[in-house]
Amino acid sequence: MATRALHVNGRQVSITIDDPDMPLLYALRDNLALKGPRFGCGLAQCGACTVHVDGKSVRSCVTPLSSIKADQRVVTLEGLGTPQKPHPVQQAFIQEQAVQCGYCINGMIMESAAFLAGHKKPSEAEIRQALANNLCRCGTHARIVRAVKRAAEMS
Amino acid sequence: MNIRFQPSRRDMLKGGGALIVSFTLTPQAFAQGVPAAKPLALTEVDSYLVIDAKGAVTLYTGKVDLGTGVRTALAQIAAEELDVPFDRIEVVEGDTALTPEQGSTWGSLSIQVGGIQIRQAAAAARAALLEQAAARLGAKKEDLTITDGIVSGSGRQVSYGELIGGKRFSIKLDPKQPVPTKDPKAFKIVGKSVQRVDIPDKVMGTFSYMHDFRVPGMLHARVVRPPAMGATLQSVDEGSIRDVPTARVVRQANFLAVVAENEWAAVKGAQMLKATWSKWEGLPEQGKLYEHVRATKVAKDEVTANVGDSAQALGQGARKISATYDFAIHTHGSMGPSCAIAEFRDGKLTSWSASQATHNLRKQLAKMFSMSPDDVRCIYFEGAGCYGRNGHEDAAADAALLAQLTSKPVRVQWSRADEHGWDPKGPPTLIDLRAALDASGGVTAWESEFFIPQQTPGGFNVPFVAATLTGMPSDDHIAPGNIFQNSNIPYKFPNIKAVCHRLETTPFRPSWIRTPGRMQNTYANECFMDELAAAAGVDPVEFRLRYLDPADMRGIECLNRVAALAKWDKRPSPKGGQSGEVATGRGVTYCKYELVRTYVAVVAEVEVKRETGEIRCTRFYVAHDCGQIINPDGLMNQIEGNIIQTVSRTLKEELKFDRSTVTSLDWASYPILTFPEVPEIVMDLIDRPTAPPWGAGEPAAAVVPSAISNAVFDAIGVRLRSVPFTPAKVKAAMGGA
Ligand code: FES
Ligand code: FES
Repeated sequence: MATRALHVNGRQVSITIDDPDMPLLYALRDNLALKGPRFGCGLAQCGACTVHVDGKSVRSCVTPLSSIKADQRVVTLEGLGTPQKPHPVQQAFIQEQAVQCGYCINGMIMESAAFLAGHKKPSEAEIRQALANNLCRCGTHARIVRAVKRAAEMS
Repeated sequence: MNIRFQPSRRDMLKGGGALIVSFTLTPQAFAQGVPAAKPLALTEVDSYLVIDAKGAVTLYTGKVDLGTGVRTALAQIAAEELDVPFDRIEVVEGDTALTPEQGSTWGSLSIQVGGIQIRQAAAAARAALLEQAAARLGAKKEDLTITDGIVSGSGRQVSYGELIGGKRFSIKLDPKQPVPTKDPKAFKIVGKSVQRVDIPDKVMGTFSYMHDFRVPGMLHARVVRPPAMGATLQSVDEGSIRDVPTARVVRQANFLAVVAENEWAAVKGAQMLKATWSKWEGLPEQGKLYEHVRATKVAKDEVTANVGDSAQALGQGARKISATYDFAIHTHGSMGPSCAIAEFRDGKLTSWSASQATHNLRKQLAKMFSMSPDDVRCIYFEGAGCYGRNGHEDAAADAALLAQLTSKPVRVQWSRADEHGWDPKGPPTLIDLRAALDASGGVTAWESEFFIPQQTPGGFNVPFVAATLTGMPSDDHIAPGNIFQNSNIPYKFPNIKAVCHRLETTPFRPSWIRTPGRMQNTYANECFMDELAAAAGVDPVEFRLRYLDPADMRGIECLNRVAALAKWDKRPSPKGGQSGEVATGRGVTYCKYELVRTYVAVVAEVEVKRETGEIRCTRFYVAHDCGQIINPDGLMNQIEGNIIQTVSRTLKEELKFDRSTVTSLDWASYPILTFPEVPEIVMDLIDRPTAPPWGAGEPAAAVVPSAISNAVFDAIGVRLRSVPFTPAKVKAAMGGA
C-alpha cells in the first residue's frame, strides 16, 4: 500500500494503491469514481479510456501510473466542461445527437478535443483520420463526424 | 431535458467520492426481493403508470434502452397520450420487481409492441382522469380540455396530481378491446425529434453505466475461462497469485475466477493465475466450416414457402441458375465488455446487469440456483450496446455464482478476450438457391435451402457459460433467434419452395445478433434476385418491381422512392466499359421485414480497387417505411447505425478459431469498420402517421450485405457469395471470373 499524488480535473488528489504500475484508468475509475473514461479493451485498441495528460490524448488503459508525474494535468470527460459550460465538442455532440449507446463517446470527445486544439479548420477527411483508431460498434460514426465538424466551426 | 430515470440518479449517492447505492433513500424500491407489491400485470394501467401528488409521472416498462433511444421514444408516447409535458415523465426500465414483463428487448418490438401497450395504458389513464375531473368540476367531459396535465372547463381547473396523486387507477386493459387513442393529427410530442434524455449525461461523463455501478462491500472479480472451450480444469496453483494483495481464487468444477478488493488486483490475479486444463479439440477446422455445416445432421426440415410445383418447373425451365451463399460467424463485439453485480442476502438474489431480458434472466438464474423466481430480482442498468444476446447474461450468472461462493456482493467485469471469445455467436449460415427462367427471361421457379441451427421450441434461454462450466441446472436451449424469418421471399413467382434445414448443432453456442437470420436470408435471396435479373438482362429495380405483389403498395412505393433518391441509373448490371484501376457500381436491395412489417430499400454505391480487391462503400441511399414515426431523429440514428454496423460485418467480420477455441480475441484479430471507411448515408423516411408504428432497430441492417454484393457485381462483373467480402475473396472471385 502506498499513496500517490495525482492532478486530476484541476485538483490535487491522493490515492492509495498496491501497484505503482497500475494503469491510470483504474485509478480514475476505481479510486476516484470517475465515469468518463471507460474500460473497452485494455489493449490501446479502441479509445474508450481516453483522457488528456497535459492536453494530449492518452489511452489510460495502458498508461502506468508510474509514468505520470504528480504535477501532470490529467483531464477526464467530466473535467473537460461542465453542464453549465460544456466544451464546444461536448455541446456539438449534444446538438448533433451523436450518441447511440455512448460507450465509445468518451474517447470520441476526448480525442476530438485534443485534435481540434491543434487543428483549427480540419477537413472531413482529416477528422476521419484523426479518429481512425477510435472504434464505435453502434455505427454512430456519421453523427460523430458531423459533431466534430460543428465543434470546429464553433471554436 | 430533465427526465429522470432509475437507477442512475435516484438511487445513488455520492459518498466520499465513490458511488454508493443508497438502500435507505428509497427503501421500498431497493429492499431485497419484491417491494410493496406494485401491479405488474400487462393488463393493469397501474403496472405502467404512477402519477404522484405533484403530477410527476413514472413510466414503468419492461423494455429497456440498449442505446437505441427507446427510453426517450416511450416517454414521448406516454406524454403525448396523457397530455403531460415530456419532461414530467420519469422512466423505470427492466426491474423485475417494478416493471411489467413486456417481453425481452429484441426483435425490433420495443415501439411496435411495448410502445402500443404504453399508449393504451396512458390513453386509459387519461380517460379516467377526464372522467374524475368532470365529476370534480361538475362539468361535462366534452366541455373539458387538458393541457400539461391540468384539466380545465367552466372557468375552473384541477391537476392530475390533485385527481390521482399517488393513488391507483385500478383500470384493466384488454388488448382485444383497445382504448381509443389520440388522433395523430393532434400529436405535439410524437413525431417530433425530441432530444434523447440520456445524451447530455453521456457526453458530460455523468452517466452511470452498469460498469460504473458499485455496491458497498463488494468484491471485484475476473473470470478465468478454459483455454480450450470444452477443457476440464485439472489443477490450480493458488500460490501463483500469492503476491497480489487481497486476490484469491474461487473455483467450482470448471468455473474459475479471481476475486479481490480492487479491480486491478482481480485483473492481475487472473492474468498471473496458473492452472492446468485438459486438452480439447472439438471445433471443426475453420477452413472446412461450410463442409461441416452441410454435413451436420438435420434435426428437422421447415418448409417456409411452397407455391406450385417448383421441382417440376425447375425441370422444365429454359435456363437454370444455381448458386451457394455463405455468411460468417459473428461476435456481438460490444465496445464495453459485459459486466454485472450480484448479491445474495437472506436467501434472495439481486442481480444488476445490462441484460436485454431481465424478466427471462430472473427465471434462468432461479433455475441455475434452484430458487423460486420470486426470490430473484433482476435490475437493468444500461451497458454498452449489445445488439442481441451478448455476454451480459453470462456475466450476471458469473456474478451470482461468485456472490454465492464468497457470501459477498461481487462485481464481474469481463475482459476484451472474454467478450470476443465467450459471448454467444451468430451461427454460420449456408444457403443454396436454384431458379429457372423461361425463354423470355421470366422466372418460373425459385427454390432455396437454408442450413441453419435449430431453435428449441419456445426456448430463448441461451445457456449460461457458468452453468455449463459447473454443471448447475440449465435449460440448454439452442436459441439462435427466429432465424427462419425472411427465408421466404416477397416476390410472386409461380413456383416457390423454401426449406430450412434445422441443424442439430452448430460449432459455437448460438444466439441472436442484430437482424438474426433476416440479414443472412435476405442477403442470399436478394443477391440471387440480382443474379436472375442479370441473367434476364433486366434492370435490377425493374426486375424486382415486376414480381412484387401489385397490392403491396407500400413495398412498391419504398422501392420506387429509393430509386428516385439515388437517381437510379436504369440499366442491367454489370455496368461494363470500365477499364480504370477503380471500378464503381451500384446495387439495390429490397426487404419487407419478416414479410409482414417494416419496408426498407437501399441502393449501395461502391468503389472496387482491381489491384488489391478492396471494396469501399461510398454511399448508401435508404428508403424506410416503419409506419408512424415516433422520433424522426432517433429513427435516423438507428438507420445509420444499422447501415454502418452491417457494412462492417459484411466487409470485415469473421470469427477466427482453431480446433480448441476462438482465436480472434481482440480488435486487431476481429477488425471492424473505421472512420475513414464509413459511407455517406442519404435517407428518405416515409412517415405514415395514421399507421401503426413498426420496428426500426434491425430492418435497415437486413438489406446491406446484398446491396454491396450487387454493387460489386455491377462494378466488376463478379458475384461475391461469401461474407465477409474481404479483398482476398474479391481477388479470388475476379481470378475465377
Ligand atoms: S480501453 Fe483503452 S484503448 Fe480500449
Ligand atoms: S455509440 Fe455505442 S459504441 Fe459508439
